[in-house]
Amino acid sequence: MVQFNLPKNSKIVTGKTWPKPEGATNVRKFQIYRWSPDDDKNPSVDTYFIDMDKCGPMVLDALIKIKNEIDPTLTFRRSCREGICGSCAMNIDGINTLACIYGLDEIKGDVRIFPLPHMPVVKDLIPDLTHFYAQHASIMPWLETKTNRPEKEWRQSIEDRKKLDGLYECVMCASCSTSCPSYWWNGDEYLGPAALLHAYRWIIDSRDEATGERLDELEDSFKLYRCHTIMNCAKTCPKGLNPAAAIAHIKKMILDRAH
Amino acid sequence: MNYLTDRKRATGLGAGHTGAAHHWLTIATSISLAILVPLFIFTFGYAVGHSYEEVLAFYSNPCIAIITALCLVGGIIHLKTEVDEAVEDYIGGIKRKLTLIAVAGFCYALMATGLFALLKLAIQ
Repeated sequence: MVQFNLPKNSKIVTGKTWPKPEGATNVRKFQIYRWSPDDDKNPSVDTYFIDMDKCGPMVLDALIKIKNEIDPTLTFRRSCREGICGSCAMNIDGINTLACIYGLDEIKGDVRIFPLPHMPVVKDLIPDLTHFYAQHASIMPWLETKTNRPEKEWRQSIEDRKKLDGLYECVMCASCSTSCPSYWWNGDEYLGPAALLHAYRWIIDSRDEATGERLDELEDSFKLYRCHTIMNCAKTCPKGLNPAAAIAHIKKMILDRAH
Repeated sequence: MNYLTDRKRATGLGAGHTGAAHHWLTIATSISLAILVPLFIFTFGYAVGHSYEEVLAFYSNPCIAIITALCLVGGIIHLKTEVDEAVEDYIGGIKRKLTLIAVAGFCYALMATGLFALLKLAIQ
């Protein structure tokens, strides 16, 4: 539900400024959001300086360098380092994206890194995605069949398989949902672009036999129709997908069966 | 604090099966207004600057009166659907229900007033 008042102790203050690396000539400034549940302090923005001659090209390389060489308390998620796992999603230079595939050369000036917006923060750059994952589970992200299982496999034509392109690639990083104003205001009920893109992925799958039930579950003023086609989801998706188009297709399918 | 599972929080009360009709109404009124609003502007613009008697005679033409009535009804229904969306976006709980009732009351009162005024013009 939309909240106009910030919780107590939520104002971001200026944090610690770490010393510049000695002897470095190619230094870049990083401003990173910090917050720990272990103390009662307000969140802060710490400032770090990195010798770019000794740093990899991606934002995640810089974060790992900071954690390894400057401040081991800096906390963030990461795993695959190649845009497949979706762990390192964060707000970089005002854009929700994956730190591992976002180049430092794409950012002009200082590098500002915050956790994904409008989500509860577990620590530093780690958002609490519990509700996001539960919403994903609620759309039944699996093949639902009623016909007896075939001896070999569920067959699918090349044309039907092509319908899944642009949908199955989603890595559930939550960049899209956390960039959506409707999800900010009504994230408790609105499923958000990521869950709806996955819902459409199973609705459009020719092998799935629960299309009607899936559409029934989505036909709701809040679960689906909070999408106002703002398109932030498509703009920010680090995998270049278009959740807004998937949501529009779901709306069209619901209309088509009614009219 | 409620000890609800994450899945139960996400599922909530299930689907209301209400959004599709609202969505369709918004689309239908949008399309009809795309045709009606230019006609309304054209007819209303024609009436501007004429004398009272000429305007009365103009609006007693059934085509003009019907275009104006349809534009009024379609426009206010469209206004209501969009304001309902905004209310559902930003207001919750009992305040949402009361605001939706107030919006409906305002829109239907506006529509009745407009139609009454138009009828008065058309049949004088």
